[in-house]
Amino acid sequence: MVKELRQLRRDRVTLAMIIGIPVMQLVLFGYAINLNLRGLDAGIADQAGTAGSRAVVMDMAATGVIKPVVAAATPQQLMDELRRGEISVGVVVPPDFERRRAEGREAVQVLVDGSDTVVQSAAIQLARMPLDYGRSLASVTGLREVTPDQISVVSFYNPERRSEVNIVPGLIGVILTMTMVLFTGVAIVRERERGNMELLIATPVSVSELMVGKVLPYAAIGLLQTTVVLLVGLLLFNVPIRGSVLDVYVAAVLLVLANLTLGLLISTRAQTQFQAMQMTFFVFLPSILLSGFMFPFAGMPRVVQWVAEILPLTHFVRLIRGIMLRGASLLELWPNVVALLAFTAVMMSAAILRFRKRLD
Amino acid sequence: MPPDEPAIRARGLTKRFNALVAVDHVDLTVPASHVYGFLGPNGSGKSTTIRMLCGLMTPTSGDISVLGLDVPREAEALRRRIGYMTQRFSLFEDLSVRENLEFLAAAQDIPKDRTKRRVDELIAQYDFADRERQLAGTMSGGQKQRLALAGAVIHEPELLFLDEPTSAVDPESRRDFWEKLFELADAGATILVSTHLMDEAERCHRLAILNRGRLVADGSPAQLTGALEGRIVEVVTPDARKAHRMLAGQPGVISVAQIGNNLRVLAEPGEDVAARIQASLRTAGLQSEAVTVPANLEDVFVATTGADRGRTADRPAA
Repeated sequence: MVKELRQLRRDRVTLAMIIGIPVMQLVLFGYAINLNLRGLDAGIADQAGTAGSRAVVMDMAATGVIKPVVAAATPQQLMDELRRGEISVGVVVPPDFERRRAEGREAVQVLVDGSDTVVQSAAIQLARMPLDYGRSLASVTGLREVTPDQISVVSFYNPERRSEVNIVPGLIGVILTMTMVLFTGVAIVRERERGNMELLIATPVSVSELMVGKVLPYAAIGLLQTTVVLLVGLLLFNVPIRGSVLDVYVAAVLLVLANLTLGLLISTRAQTQFQAMQMTFFVFLPSILLSGFMFPFAGMPRVVQWVAEILPLTHFVRLIRGIMLRGASLLELWPNVVALLAFTAVMMSAAILRFRKRLD
Repeated sequence: MPPDEPAIRARGLTKRFNALVAVDHVDLTVPASHVYGFLGPNGSGKSTTIRMLCGLMTPTSGDISVLGLDVPREAEALRRRIGYMTQRFSLFEDLSVRENLEFLAAAQDIPKDRTKRRVDELIAQYDFADRERQLAGTMSGGQKQRLALAGAVIHEPELLFLDEPTSAVDPESRRDFWEKLFELADAGATILVSTHLMDEAERCHRLAILNRGRLVADGSPAQLTGALEGRIVEVVTPDARKAHRMLAGQPGVISVAQIGNNLRVLAEPGEDVAARIQASLRTAGLQSEAVTVPANLEDVFVATTGADRGRTADRPAA
């Protein structure tokens, strides 16, 4: 036992992990995960433009559940924004809002991106909230107020609220993140431990050849895994692929490359396979919790969202849900593509810079 | 490179790891087409020196020229012309003999069309014809070393660095291994081989002895043993244990070792060393016969690396 403690004391990475992992978990769960959603990005298409319609929209925004970021002219525009993932909720007030309100018919439509079931529930709750809905205005003008049953919620992409539809696409990303980072990280560290690396760096092989040679075979494995998850998702859970299959694979390749280069960087730092595994875990945990895979992005504090923006999985979850569930094209989701490419470039350069063909 | 140019020339080579000076101002000249031995106890800086010479480590100070190239500045160019065999078996244990060689051929940028011929050639030369599909990890120590050597020479390097290649190999495999080294040297390659085994050191054309990072001797085996002329005394006595204890503390005696029933004494240089030893034993009441004998490399090793590192029977050997 004393021997274990002594060895542990000399393994600084492990020591850092012993403290780091619980602290990180606490912080993540405590601050970042909030199922009580607030500030969902919303688009407003107020086609009525009356004092009454503006009052209803303002009331909705005042709940804090939605945060209007886009003003659209038509519901069609809102649909586009929704598909691109720019907004997760759209509020449509039809041109004949005043007449519908007076007649007690459905007067406001809330469109919601159902590819995240938590967001979907939040929107449904929003519609049922006991709001003012222009009551104060109504009392002044003598007009009829809007009641909750005059607000309808239209859920897109996963109206049945099946959680597997929500989970499976993101799961591709989770599986790829775990295996790809670990594979490369451990593969290189293992060669160093076995002495293979000393032999390799004594040959004319260049650092980039060495790195690319390490990455490519695993990229193929990553695509194989993607295929397996897609097939199982399709056959067992009936998860749709509404966008193009090619886009799905391109997105998967982007994530695989980002993770492999991250694994390379880890391998330049880790001295043992055990350390490489721990470092992988250190990245994997926040990836799962913060990427939007388990908990909606909108529920997290701003600072945590910034951290999440760095993680490749965050961008992949947006891409893959966009493509598979909302039928978006890769082009429409370009900011996430750029983010993944940038991540890969930065990691690869850092790994090549850090990896010296030297033993000291 | 002109023919008389040495393959390796190092001046003032020094490597520090924080407070530890692993290699301390070593000057080294290795002539071309020689088998040059690097002898020294464990931790004397042999591996570190070799790694600096092939450009895998940056010296703290000193100049290195290998095959006319300035190292470490031109280390990349050097890598195409040297072969390096590490102390540990560093080929891939989960690849077969042929796969390992094919991989190394690719790493050395040998064109695809030449790879097969070269690999076939090596498999025949190094006696792997019947086990080219065997995984490297399942082979014996001697076979692994043979494979590692085949791998190190796949690109026909002009200079070969071997870091304790045979420390884990039985004597017969070791002899075969050295046969291969001489074949390579005959073909024109220069070989720098580190070892702590005396029988291997004796085979080298030239030797350098390192102790605690310093170069303590440099020359051909004959020159090195010749320098100890008259200082090695073999003592035949009925009570070797007692004579040993008696001589160990004597002034002028550097080390005493028991070889079978006899004692082998390394003495300070002087006149008539054997007679003086016999006389001092007689004073202590011990009958003995002492004669001067030719020195061997083990004596050189003990003389240069200090008695504490030697083979004195009452102290741990190096």
